[in-house]
Parts: sequence; C-alpha cells; structure tokens
Amino acid sequence: MFNSDFFTFLKPKNELEKLPSERSNGNERPFIPESLLIKCPECKKMMLSSDLAENKRVCVHCNHHFRMSARERIAVTVDEGSFVEINGDMTSKNIINFPEYTWKLANAKNRSGENEAVITGICTINGYKTVLFVMDSNFMMGSMGTVTGEKITCAFEYASEHHLPVIGFTVSGGARMQEGILSLMQMAKTSGAVKRHSDKGLLYITVLTDPTTGGVTASFAMEGDIILSEPHVLIAFAGPRVIEQTIRQKLPKDFQSAEFLQTKGFVDAIVSRAKMKEVLGKLLMIHGYKNTLSVQEEKEEILPDDTTAEEDIE
Amino acid sequence: MKAVERVMAARASNRMTATDYINALTGGTFLEFHGDRRYADDRAIKAGLGMIDNIPVTIIGLEKGKNTQERVARNFGSAHPEGYRKALRLMKQAEKFRRPVLCLVDTSGAFCGIGAEERGQGQAIAENLMEMMTLKTPILSILIGEGGSGGALALAVANEVWMLENAVYSVISPEGCASILWKDANKMAEAAQCLRMTSHDLLTMEVIERIIPEPEDDKAEFFATLKEQIIETLCQYQTMTDEELTENRYNRFRKYGQTVKIYSFEESNV
Ligand SMILES: [Zn+2]
Repeated sequence: MFNSDFFTFLKPKNELEKLPSERSNGNERPFIPESLLIKCPECKKMMLSSDLAENKRVCVHCNHHFRMSARERIAVTVDEGSFVEINGDMTSKNIINFPEYTWKLANAKNRSGENEAVITGICTINGYKTVLFVMDSNFMMGSMGTVTGEKITCAFEYASEHHLPVIGFTVSGGARMQEGILSLMQMAKTSGAVKRHSDKGLLYITVLTDPTTGGVTASFAMEGDIILSEPHVLIAFAGPRVIEQTIRQKLPKDFQSAEFLQTKGFVDAIVSRAKMKEVLGKLLMIHGYKNTLSVQEEKEEILPDDTTAEEDIE
Repeated sequence: MKAVERVMAARASNRMTATDYINALTGGTFLEFHGDRRYADDRAIKAGLGMIDNIPVTIIGLEKGKNTQERVARNFGSAHPEGYRKALRLMKQAEKFRRPVLCLVDTSGAFCGIGAEERGQGQAIAENLMEMMTLKTPILSILIGEGGSGGALALAVANEVWMLENAVYSVISPEGCASILWKDANKMAEAAQCLRMTSHDLLTMEVIERIIPEPEDDKAEFFATLKEQIIETLCQYQTMTDEELTENRYNRFRKYGQTVKIYSFEESNV
C-alpha cells in the first residue's frame, strides 16, 4: 500500500509501469506464449519484453527509459562479473515500533527480493575500479531509512579508506517516515561521509534516475562533483502534488524534469542509458583513476611467464 | 502532555519566536545582515552578529513573524533556497573569524513552491548539511518551536542540539504522515505519537543533548539561565581544535543507525 501510494504520488497513473508479477494480465498473446508484450507508456507502442530487456529497458521505438531494479541496473552498468557486494545482509527493523512497518518491510523484501532499498559494493566499469551504490524503487519506493543511510555511509567510508571514487544511482520517494527522526538524521550522516570523501580529493558522481525526490534530493543526490541524469527523470525536493496543494495551481508539464533542472543549472549532463557505462568509464579515466585492465596488461608484459601472481595488483 | 498537544504548543501564535531569543540573548547588540549574495534576501531567516555577554556570536534564526503582516513578509518561517544560502554564507564568515554559530530553529519546513524548486531547494539544503559538517567553528542549534524536516536539519548539523520542552522535531508533519499513510489528515494526533517527535522521545533517541524547560511567567529568569548554558557550552567547544570539533560533529551524526537499535519509550506522558 505504501509503495503504490508513492507511485501514484510521483507519477500519473497511466505512466505506471507494471510489475513483473502483474505483467501477464491481458498482455499475453496466444501465438507468442513465452514472450510477453509490453506497452510503452510514452509512445503507446508494443514490444516484446525480451527486446525491452535486451535494450536495457529502454523503449525500442521512442527511447523512453523504463524504471529498472537495482540488480538490473548493476548488470547493465558494471563489467560482467566484477561486482562484489558489501553489507548485503544488512536489513531494517521496526526501530520505533511504527504501525504496520514490520509488515511493510516484509512485503518490500518479498517484492524486491532485496534486504534494503540500496545495494552497495565495488566493481569495475570499463576496467576502472569504483565503489558503487544503487537504490531500488521496488523497496518502499527507495525511501531512506537508517540502514539505507548506513550502507551508503559505509560505502563512502570504504571509498575514502581505499582511495576509490564513488558512483551512486539514486531513486527515492524521500526519507522513510516509519523510522521517524532517525531517517532524517541519515541526510546529515550521509552528507558528512560525502564531505569527508570529497575532502580527500576523491571523485563522486551521482546519476539521478526516476524519481529522485525529498530527503535524498536534499542530501547525497545533489552532492556529487558531477551530477548526471537519465532523460525525463523527475527530480524534486517537494513532489509535484505537494506543490500543487501548497500553491493551489497546476504545474507546467515538464516542471521538475531532468531537462528542466538542467536549464536551471542543477544537472551537469543528461545521459541516455545506452551511453551511461561509456560516459562513466570516461569520467573515471579523466580523473586519473587506474584502469585495472591496462595495469594487468602492463604487468603481463613486464613479468616473465612463470612469475607467481603474488605481487599482483589488487 | 500528549504528542499532539506539544505540536499545538510548538505552533501556538503567542509562542516566542527567534527574534525574542535574539533580543534577549544579545541585549540589543544584534546587527542583522541580509542576502545570500547570489539571488535575494530571504526574510524567513533572520541572521547576523551579536554579543552574548562578552562572546561574539553569529546567530541564524528561522523567524515566523509576530503578527499577520510580519508572518506574510517572513513567509511564515518557511525558507527558500536563498535563505539557506544566506545562512551558509554567514556560517562561513563565522568560520573565518572562528566565531561560534548559534542557530534558532522554528519552521514547519523548507518552502514547497515553484521558485523554491527552480532555485534548487534540495541542493541548498544538501550543501548546508555537507558544509556544516566540517565547519571549523562551534555550532549550537536550539529548536525553539517547530523542527520541520530537512528545512530544520539544514540549520541543525551542530555539535549539540537542544530543544525547548514543547518544541517538536520530525521527518514529516503529522498531518502529512497521516494523509500519506492513512489517507486521513484528521489522524494527525495518532501520527504525532507514532513519529516520536517530542523532546522527551528525541532525548531517548539521543537526537538532542538537552531539554530546556519552557519559560514560565518570569522570562528574564528563563533567558538568564539559557544564556549561562549557551556561554558555558560555546566556551567549552571553543577550546577544541578544528579537528576535534569536526570529529565531534561527524561522530554525533555517525552514530544514528550504526547499529540497529530498537528503542523503547516512556509512555507516562501519553
Ligand atoms: Zn516508447
């Protein structure tokens, strides 16, 4: 219930994507039993779900970027097999005994298959080693609780310690109100970790994905050295409905879109999903981080064949 | 007192505002400074310099206003991005002269509107959180009325956070919480209780260091005691090195959620 509230709150109903479990309703065609058809909410054209998956969940007709899970995001962003998860077993509890939260957490875990609204770890992107965090909209709309904040903070602390850059994909309905003030405190905590990482001269790139709102916008999402966004992402502090209620007037259609925010000066570049990996790799290269592939090749050239791997580069 | 009663007390129109505190604490030495040097002067934030006894202090207060006309001019204490940028500008100025910073927090939240979004409300708050964390001068924040979410936190990344007994501090307004979760803003009393937003509950969670008893009839005595406490605390932090100060502030916030801790609250005042 909580999730769907946030969905409708953030997007008009007709743009809602179907969940994997709901996709078969009415979309199946008898002559293609294995392949489900998906309708693009933007151009209304149909496509095979396998084609959509193949195309990184971007509409094959109009380039509309569908939402994707954190695991799907990692799969299309990092070098195959390079991702090592950190703190994967950390999970939220009902710390202030908030009504229905225990049940909602169980439901979120069930639905997303994840323990928390963010996945953190280390990976390489086109050979460049980086710390990575990816939020997941299937887990309570990516809301930030204490464990979400803790995992992100730990990721920055790890990166600071090991002199690594951080790349973060954000998607969030905001702070998780079921954890009361302690979720608000995560905004300060994560910002502190970002600042310490930054003060060490290390690179932090944020990639805003749809939707990035509330307490996440007002903390680490807006703190990157470089702020990238996917196309047509909703980026807001206060969601459109809250503003409409406050000012009692309708907002223009593209208000708070990535493109709008770019004209206002808050987004460095809008990068399509197809180009994202290449752009991230290039940014890591420009900032002088070592490419583990080329380091590997160098080593192989210098060392005779029979040398043991003892002194190998980590 | 029930949580909802404290919410009402925190919002009461006759409650003392930041200006009362500024006047009483600085004894008329306060000089207000205006503007963020980028866009405008946000009157929801009253900020400047003053002497608290013989200590020069940068004071930044969220001001709701005293009467209807002033409340409108001050946007009911809801700041725009330029307000948070003015606050940060003056905090950086304080850092330059290693002058302590006193923040007085009283807002229902950062303003939600077209201009606020266009000028980067989220970015302005985020920048304050980041920069305050490593500001090389002592910061003390006192919640004197409402502490509304990110708009309050943007002035409360401090070495210590104190709270008037009937002030409240929450991630969301109880009305907002009730209407999102239960589709019924009338359930705000229940939401206020569940959110654990009172000074006593926040002390239990170590979100604040100190509860300041509400002033009784004798305001002079209230301010004399408060002034003494502020001076004592600022002097104590003023002796710390830059590194000790920022380490203290980082660790203060680092602890929230470092281990999963289930809180139990005293229900005697429910
Ligand atoms: Zn399409």
